[in-house]
Order: sequence, then structure tokens, then C-alpha cells
Amino acid sequence: MSEFEPKIVAFVCNWCTYAGADLTGTSRIKYAQNVKIIRFPCTGRIDFMLLLKAFAEGADGIIVSGCHPNDCHYTSGNFHARRRWITFRSLLDFLGIDVRRIQFSWVSAAEGAKWAEIANTTVNNIRELGPYTDYAKVAVHLKKEAKV
Amino acid sequence: MNELIKKAASLLEANEVQVVIGYGLGSAKRPQAIFVTTPAGCEQLIFDNRCIQNLAVYLTKQEIRKLGKPAIVAPLPVLRSIVQLVAEQQLTEGDLVVLGIDPDGKLLEFSSFKAIESFLSDHKIVIEEKYLKKIEEIKNMPVGERFAYWVELLEPCFKCYACRAACPLCYCTRCTIENNQPQWIPVASHLQGNLEWHVMRAMHLAGRCTDCEACYHACPLGIPIHLLNKSLIQDLSESFGDYGPKISEPNMLSSFDPDDKESFIR
Repeated sequence: MSEFEPKIVAFVCNWCTYAGADLTGTSRIKYAQNVKIIRFPCTGRIDFMLLLKAFAEGADGIIVSGCHPNDCHYTSGNFHARRRWITFRSLLDFLGIDVRRIQFSWVSAAEGAKWAEIANTTVNNIRELGPYTDYAKVAVHLKKEAKV
Repeated sequence: MNELIKKAASLLEANEVQVVIGYGLGSAKRPQAIFVTTPAGCEQLIFDNRCIQNLAVYLTKQEIRKLGKPAIVAPLPVLRSIVQLVAEQQLTEGDLVVLGIDPDGKLLEFSSFKAIESFLSDHKIVIEEKYLKKIEEIKNMPVGERFAYWVELLEPCFKCYACRAACPLCYCTRCTIENNQPQWIPVASHLQGNLEWHVMRAMHLAGRCTDCEACYHACPLGIPIHLLNKSLIQDLSESFGDYGPKISEPNMLSSFDPDDKESFIR
């Protein structure tokens, strides 16, 4: 049996983590190719529902990353995001959605190496946890109907 | 009780208000919301421990606003909702007369919204012991079992939105669930949409919910959806301090503290 390759979706902010991931590339640092990056204007713009949509579409893990506190391009987007994450994470945990599969992080535009490290450790962690089917299973019935 | 009827009648008599929103007896002698427009009609007003509907839900409804300036019978949960509505600029001073009822059943008069706020500072939101126990029990389940527990509870939901209709703070004229380009939450009576609807509802009420349990009492299936709100209230007060409706401070989730603490962001 071939080894399980996790699908990871990364929601990142345009100004820090996206630029940081760019730096990872230009610095020729290699990292796991399982991570699909989705760029947002700001972490404050990442709607909590999008994380659930990713799980419904079959993501095994999620990375949410943006500017360090006090570094936000829009001054306070990441502070608002942090409160929202604390709230959302506690709600997901209460509902039994596996929060070990969501990695929140701060990666600045200068931290290309940190991005590679975050991506690699997340992929490794998810590989150990195995495929995430609990939430995707919930969405299966609707997808079948849509195809008919 | 007589005090309440007398006060309501005198307000209508003096034309200080045009309608009194209160509790009366409906079919099968069960309490329901009534809208009294004549002094004589105030005789129908009742108040006892069966009056659990949150009347504040009517304050933002266009149909009710058309009736004129209201006076509202307001036990603790209604008072909390009113303060939250004021904090969200849905009500302004002079919009209504509040006929407060304290936990002992005595009539309260308030000179301003500020006065309600300071009254509430002595009556904080406290989550009952039985709910704390239930929340603890759910939190102690292994993650898969916890998910299965909620799946079983939420599966029968057919999204009648009674929880939304009963909630004084769900006053948006266009809700996310009606957003269908793209279809943000599947509306079919199906588990995915059910889960997402309840996650969305809990999140949109996070930091605002005043723990009145109207959503739970309105649910035709008796799904304990208020547990989601209660668990959030508990966690938010641990993370961000004193929880409760406040006029003088910004909403919990629309503000932040640069020193907010968490343990999961790398």
C-alpha cells in the first residue's frame, strides 16, 4: 500500500505569509508539496466557514497563517483574526471537529525557513493522524446528488 | 402584577407609548406574546415563571415598529437583550419604555439604558450547574465520539430557523443562510448544511449571545443548540474576561486586546 499523502490547504495573508512562502521558493528551500496555498488580503478576511468548506472538500489538514502581532498591513486585522480563531477553535473542539488538523501560525515575509518548517511539520503531523474523513463524509451525500 | 397592569395602562392612557409588548394567555392557557394598544386591554397582561419567551425579539421587527412607540415587559433575559441591542445601535434612548421585572417579580423603572446596564452589573450571566456539567461531559468525550454525538443531535434538524426567529440578536434582514450566490450553506435538510448552519449561528452570536435560551425553547425538536452558545460564553469569559452585554465597551469579537493569550499559534 502506498503511503498516505495528506492534502493540506493553507489560508495565508498576502502581506506576510504569502511573501514568506515566496521567499522559501527564492531561497531554494524545499518543502512538502502537499500544501495548496490560498492567498487572502489579510487574516482578518479569512471567514471561519472557509475552513469547514476545505474539510468538506476533503482536506486532511489546514494551515492558517498571517503577520505577527503588531505587523499587520492593516494595523489590526491579525488581532481581530486571533480573537476569532480562539473563539472558532473552541467551538470546533466542542463540536468534535479535530482541531489538531488546523495549524495556526505567524510567518513574516522574512521567515521563508519558518514557512518551510511549518509546512513540513504540519504534513508530518497529519500523516501520523491519517486521512480526515469524519467531516468529508458528512458532505458526501450532497455531492452525489449534485452530479446526477 | 397589578402594579405592572396599572403602569402599562397609565402609559397607554397618557399616550406615552402606543403599544405594550407583554405576556398574556394564549390558546390552551399557555403564555404567549401579546401586543396591547388600549388601556383596558392591559388587564390581559400576566407574568409568571412560565413566561420564558424573549420579547426583545419584537423590538427590531418592522411590523411592530409600525405600531408606534412600545413599552416592553422585561424580565432579566429581556433586559440583557435590550442592552445588547443598544450596544449594537439597534435602539436609541427614547425609543421605548422598559417595564423591568426583577428576579423577585417586582416592577423596576429605569431612567436610561445606562441604568439598565448598571442594574445588570449586579446580575451577571451565570451558566447553570446542570449545563456546566453537561458541557464538561461533552468536552471529556474523545474527539470522534464528540463528533458522533453532535451528528446524532443535529441530523434531525430541518432548518426551520425557529432558533433564528426567536433570537433577539438575529435581526439581520438578510442572513448568511439566504446568501445563494454562491450557496454559502446548503439549505437542504441534510447534515452538512445543518452542521454549518449551527456553527455559523453560534459564531455570529459569539460574544453577543446573552444566554436567554430562546433558541432552545423555540426549537420544535428540542435540540440543545444553546449548549453551543453556553460553551462559547464559558470559553470567551475565560479568554477575554468579564462576559455580558455592555453599552460602555465594544463587543467582544469586534474589538481586541494586543495581549490576548492563546497557546495554539506557532
